[in-house]
Amino acid sequence: MALSLATPSFIVERDETRCIACQVCVRQCANDVHYYVEADNRVMSDPARCVGCHRCVAMCPTHALTVRTNPLEFRPHANWTASTLTSIYKQAETGGMLLTGMGCDQPYPIYWDHMVLNAAQVTNPSIDPMREPMELKTFLGAKPESLAFEQGDDGPTLTTRLSPQLELDVPILFSAMSYGSISFNACLSLARAARASDTFYNTGEGGLHPDLYEFGPNTIAQVASGRFGVHPDYLNAAAALEIKIGQGAKPGIGGHLPGEKVTREISRTRMIPEGTDAISPAPHHDIYSIEDLRQLIYALKEATHYAKPVSVKVAAVHNIAPIASGIVRAGADIVAIDGLRGGTGAAPTVVRNNVGIPIELALAAVDQRLREEGIRHRASLVVGGSVRNSADVVKALALGADAVYIATAALVAMGCHLCQNCYSGKCNWGIATQDPYLTRRLNPDIGARRLTNLLRAWALEIKEMMGGMGINSVESLRGNRDHLRGVGLNPVELDALGIRAAGF
Amino acid sequence: MKRIVIHEEHCIGCRLCEIHCVVQHSLSRDIIKAFKVEQPRVMPRVLVEESGPVSFALQCRQCLEPSCLEACISGAMHRDEKTGAVVCDEARCVGCWMCIMVCPAGAIQQNLNGTRIASKCDLCYGAEVPACAAHCPNEALTYEDV
Repeated sequence: MALSLATPSFIVERDETRCIACQVCVRQCANDVHYYVEADNRVMSDPARCVGCHRCVAMCPTHALTVRTNPLEFRPHANWTASTLTSIYKQAETGGMLLTGMGCDQPYPIYWDHMVLNAAQVTNPSIDPMREPMELKTFLGAKPESLAFEQGDDGPTLTTRLSPQLELDVPILFSAMSYGSISFNACLSLARAARASDTFYNTGEGGLHPDLYEFGPNTIAQVASGRFGVHPDYLNAAAALEIKIGQGAKPGIGGHLPGEKVTREISRTRMIPEGTDAISPAPHHDIYSIEDLRQLIYALKEATHYAKPVSVKVAAVHNIAPIASGIVRAGADIVAIDGLRGGTGAAPTVVRNNVGIPIELALAAVDQRLREEGIRHRASLVVGGSVRNSADVVKALALGADAVYIATAALVAMGCHLCQNCYSGKCNWGIATQDPYLTRRLNPDIGARRLTNLLRAWALEIKEMMGGMGINSVESLRGNRDHLRGVGLNPVELDALGIRAAGF
Repeated sequence: MKRIVIHEEHCIGCRLCEIHCVVQHSLSRDIIKAFKVEQPRVMPRVLVEESGPVSFALQCRQCLEPSCLEACISGAMHRDEKTGAVVCDEARCVGCWMCIMVCPAGAIQQNLNGTRIASKCDLCYGAEVPACAAHCPNEALTYEDV
């Protein structure tokens, strides 16, 4: 076999004065980095296999381990960087597309970090959320043009027919992650946390496992191009439906769940034979126009007796504003937009890193366009694609979102260390894997507790920031771009975001 | 009385329970000294049983009517009045291994580290939470009233 030019990405450092050769690292590494040499009673490591997931580091009872980026340096070259060279080495060796997981890791501008929030001083009072009510309740769905009342003997009654709404206690939902891309325990953790926090999680395109039907009132059921696991009970079990057109990590690309991950339970849930590849086509083969989309939206509404809001999820791409306008006009109750930095279980690296636009710009463009067209009330706007903390949530709401979708942050709460190897099926944290040795590592009681804690913590912080702005309800924050200012942005970017520069 | 509850579905076979059991019963109670200095190293009183992906950590079940206590010929095996745990009085144990023969859970081991006495879980001498449950990273061992 010819020499491989791949070099280790990491180095594993073991402090021999602290290592007790207990072999926890050996037992915990699915990549077989660590091994025990009985003759010497020593644990050794092969750094070439390390993916930098830190499972061994976190589990080592004596803190004897650390993992560092391999300091190996090529001769400096501004154009031919180390990652460019190593990619070519790999491709020259394998002849294949490079795969990766999670969201885009390239240093594009993160506009959240170039926007700052306002606070009330002197001329308007700030509000102390510990003393006064602070409303985060959010309703997602189409809102009426106006409200009509009829005066009766018992007072007025509403005669306007309201569209179905999703009611959330926090303006944060867990975005789509399928059973298949993540483990059952991860799905169960999300479902339990959604129920405990009065919000929603999303099935992705993986169908709904029979054991998760009890979480139906907190479930958004996705209908994607592969139509996996879609049947009337599935649609009716959920609180809302979502047609997935695109995903921020891989706009225009379909999905592929390899056969080895299609276990008996996944085959049952997805309604495909055990061990066969689950391939989601790039397009929906019945959607080639807004009119076709409208047909599917209304087919789903018909199947669920017009009782559930229907969302359409698209990736943030160049013409996102007119696309969103078309989606609203096609009858969607919710438009979900996933930005460039949105995550995935597997995507071609080149697509993940180069296709799509940042969610901040897409959100601003869509909210502006829908307002100009007078149809903003006809659909709620939910955005995802790297909402990392509560400040990102507040900034997204101020830019015009009704709520945000989080997935990477949710996975991180469950233990994910963003090693970006989800596609390998060897997730040492028991999240992106179906290996029975590994899925046990995520105790759903712990997962749900950590997710619930995360939402609670963010809700507290959101209330604190809103109070500081003198706002006591998310209704008053939504689309309130006057509370945002740009720092370090050029006039074109400020204009695209619809905000003023700091100091003005 | 509180007992150690085994949640087999959450056990990940890392054996941190065994490691922390050793530390707890070592002289120094220091993890590095317990493994690298103290000789002979004390035995863990909890053992992880494994078969394929299924594993669980087993220690004395603290039976209400313990067979080991009845079978003990020297009266070494007794119930500690303070903690309620079934424990072996090392001064009285003669190493006849009758307790091992009758234990329905297979949770007693021979301690052959020079002492020839029965080695079993003592709920960490009445600690608030026994070391195995306190250090289980996936809550596969919990200490609860049952």
